[in-house]
Amino acid sequence: MKAKIRKIAVNIEETHSEMGRAISPPTRKAVAVAVIENPFAGVYQEDLSDLMEIGAELGGLLGDKCVAALGITPEQAESYGKSAMVGEKGELEHAAAILHPKLGAPLRKAVEKGAALVASSKKMGSPGQVLDVPLGHKDAAYVRSHFDGIEVRLNDAPRAGEIMVAVAVTDSGRPLPRVGGLTTDQAIGTDGLR
Amino acid sequence: MPDVILRKTITTCEEIFHEGGPVAETPQKRGAILSIIANPFAGRYEPDIQGFMEDLKPLGLSMAQQLLDMLGGPDAIQGYGKGALIGEGGELEHGALWHAPGGYAMRQLLGTANAIVPSAKKVGGVGARLDVPITHINAAYVRSHFDSMEVGCNDAPRAGEIALALVMTTGARVHSRSGGLEARDIKGEDGLR
Repeated sequence: MKAKIRKIAVNIEETHSEMGRAISPPTRKAVAVAVIENPFAGVYQEDLSDLMEIGAELGGLLGDKCVAALGITPEQAESYGKSAMVGEKGELEHAAAILHPKLGAPLRKAVEKGAALVASSKKMGSPGQVLDVPLGHKDAAYVRSHFDGIEVRLNDAPRAGEIMVAVAVTDSGRPLPRVGGLTTDQAIGTDGLR
Repeated sequence: MPDVILRKTITTCEEIFHEGGPVAETPQKRGAILSIIANPFAGRYEPDIQGFMEDLKPLGLSMAQQLLDMLGGPDAIQGYGKGALIGEGGELEHGALWHAPGGYAMRQLLGTANAIVPSAKKVGGVGARLDVPITHINAAYVRSHFDSMEVGCNDAPRAGEIALALVMTTGARVHSRSGGLEARDIKGEDGLR
């Protein structure tokens, strides 16, 4: 493996009730995050292909971790997202190299299909900072009930020479969706949008 | 006494491969489970609160079981801790209700666990974080196993809620080398050494 991983954390959030109303079955979101060494910390590197390869490795690894933690089959995944936070000796472009060129294909394999664009966010940060991972429906980006996000943070990462890479997967939308728009039963899911 | 009303459960599993030193043969795992429940005493001074400890027992057992399932069962566990974050409508004393149901749930399911379960509690706002202390399950003086794990949730505890935490680990700090009592040298009978 190209990625030098210091730590992996997997969080699951289950919402059983909200505003006094029972949510049954509970909505569930998973986020898996890997803390890796930034091979280009402190230097300007023109060719970022090593980071692209690391993205490919982590897309599958973290996607599989989320699906396993939720205890679902890949096709039961409903929404996904990806994010990266670069420690201060790196640059934002390092996050882009991990997230955009190659991370998506293995992630889509982990959740089966995945016709929609994987929502993403990136930032530079320091240990303990919050990374908000956006979430959108995996097959039809316009499904309004599944626009959401999940927060992840680790008190000891990212250190200056590290990058935190996060993948989030859910088996459900928001707990009490009622703002209309495209619904999951209307979605066709072939063009990635509707 | 009132029912336990659960709004949310958050589980966290960390696998620690290294921290700048040699990569561990078996990564240390730290697991946490946080349950966000309604605080039945929020907004008033209630003199008689102890009955709620009994109501919390099934929740404690269910949380401890989920942690064990996540980390590989009772034989894998070497450290533990517990904690409570009380929303601003409650008081510190409400968090103290977690000592018995949280601690004894873990000890019951672990079988042999003679050390006192270390704990932390505080009143906090939505998004507050709690550092839950961790010590060895059979001998509180084992230095390699003094550790802690941060828990929290961006939308809790709301004013009328309590967040209850249990934490377990599968081993020592990843690069433990600060001496003191080692796990291999303990008797583990008095819970201390």
